[in-house]
Amino acid sequence: MNGLRNIDVNLYRKRRIVNFLILTCSILTTLFGLFWLVWLLATLFFHGFRYLDLSVFTQPTPPPGESGGLANAIAGSVLITFMGVFLGAPIGVLAGTFLSEYSIRSRIAPVIRFVNDVLLSAPSIILGVFVYEIVVVPTGHFSGWAGSLALALIALPIIVRTTEDMLKLVPNTVREAACALGAPRWKVTVAIIYRAAKAGILTGILLAIARISGETAPLLFTALNNQFWSSSLNEPVANLPVVIFQFAMSPYEDWQNLAWAGALLITISVLMLNIIVRTFLRTGK
Amino acid sequence: MSIVRSGIRGRILDVVFANGTRICAFLVLLIIVAIMVSLLIGAWPALKKFGPSFIISKEWNPVTEQFGALVAIYGTVVTSIIAMLIGVPVSFGIAIFITELCPAWLKQPIATAIELLAAIPSIIYGMWGLFVFAPFFGDHIEPWISDTLGRLPVIGPLFSGPPLGIGVLTAGIILGIMVIPFMASVFRDLFEVVPPVLKESAYGIGATTWEVIKKIVLPYTKVGVVGAIMLGLGRALGETMAVTFVIGNADRLETSLLMPGNTISSSLANQFTEAVGEIYTSSLIALGLILFFLTFMVLALAKYLLIRLTLKEGVRT
Repeated sequence: MNGLRNIDVNLYRKRRIVNFLILTCSILTTLFGLFWLVWLLATLFFHGFRYLDLSVFTQPTPPPGESGGLANAIAGSVLITFMGVFLGAPIGVLAGTFLSEYSIRSRIAPVIRFVNDVLLSAPSIILGVFVYEIVVVPTGHFSGWAGSLALALIALPIIVRTTEDMLKLVPNTVREAACALGAPRWKVTVAIIYRAAKAGILTGILLAIARISGETAPLLFTALNNQFWSSSLNEPVANLPVVIFQFAMSPYEDWQNLAWAGALLITISVLMLNIIVRTFLRTGK
Repeated sequence: MSIVRSGIRGRILDVVFANGTRICAFLVLLIIVAIMVSLLIGAWPALKKFGPSFIISKEWNPVTEQFGALVAIYGTVVTSIIAMLIGVPVSFGIAIFITELCPAWLKQPIATAIELLAAIPSIIYGMWGLFVFAPFFGDHIEPWISDTLGRLPVIGPLFSGPPLGIGVLTAGIILGIMVIPFMASVFRDLFEVVPPVLKESAYGIGATTWEVIKKIVLPYTKVGVVGAIMLGLGRALGETMAVTFVIGNADRLETSLLMPGNTISSSLANQFTEAVGEIYTSSLIALGLILFFLTFMVLALAKYLLIRLTLKEGVRT
């Protein structure tokens, strides 16, 4: 009984109150954060679906005041995104392989890992300026290739990182077993390790696609935009993000409405890709 | 004979494959060096003409070809500070809610939702800011801000001015909303690193949830939390599209946060393709160079701190 009397009731109450206040704050900030995000998604879906119809997919971008769609921008976006991944993925996977498989005693590997992480969160507009300097200035014109290259530079560090992480998950005993059978190192990597980490590597590539399909800043100085269907990657190519940017900033209501539809399309495809990745990883385990 | 031959072939392919991966890995290194070199070359004419005063000059006049980076640097830093003031506490609260308070069935859905929101491209945030948030903010919040905060001594000039909707403050807020999901998921990952045994023993001797957070979770993840904030700051500094829509693209230095301004990235986005003349383009690239070094420093620090946390984790477990 004596021990109980020594408990400072006031202190206990104070601790409880402080705890209650802080936790209430935590719940309030969660609601506050979610409030903006729900508001954003709600307006996006509301406006987007209102202006999303079949003509968006079938007609090219219109001049101001006329009706039209986003067909050439959608096609252009798909094209430069895939070319970007096509350029970035092989290099990324191989670089990730080096970091995971061949760099045990390498002193340069930590540096590469570090630089890769910096590149991963470097401002994408800088990559746009870089590609402008090395491609657009020498060739003298904006082009789809330049846009693809800029996107490849954004995709590369993501793929390097996930490939390395995923290859490291493959247990060492698998490598040792394959080597013990007399397989050369490259065959162990290509036929055994890659196969074991297939789902993971693919995940990284999908994440990279999701990331670059909404990138706008680096495309402003590289792929630019095109009012019409582009016949080759050697000329400016219409793409959704830049079209959204130009249309949304314009004073014409038709253009702004198309921008909403385009924004909805991008958001849905990015969310879909991320959801696919998640289910992919869950079934992979 | 054929065994020997295939052995030799295997060894050759081994060397080819190993060096192939090595070349690709060095390419990553080469890219970052190439970015620095090409930015330096591009910025050289402007740096040569204006010298170190480029950084402190607030002049930005394409007509007279006088350029200085102060307005853009100021806008970049101020919008990022506003974003951090909003983003850090809110994402911190969200992370605490998810790791400590949330009922188990709600945990996964909220965590997934936050991560999905972090993946939404920034142009969507910018567009929403322009069409929805800026008009609302200009009509309802800004008049109130300039009536109350604008009348205070000292900080008054920061908050006075016409309610335009777009401006530095709006850009900072949009940026803050944008970094919330990103930072919340990084914070959550950090808090999950804390070994449950530590938390349980604290709860076991009668600590409240807040005391567990303050005395166990935070000290354990301290370095990582600072690293995560730096990572968010790096994002905010370099973010282009979320800002460009709502900042107003004005090249004057204003005291009031309600007035339009510019950040480094929004200057680039708005003016780069229209810039005529070597000095104009070169000055814009010089801005890009400054941004690159700024974010490089911040990100390097973030990486260093986060690596220290993982090292500690390795020792303890």
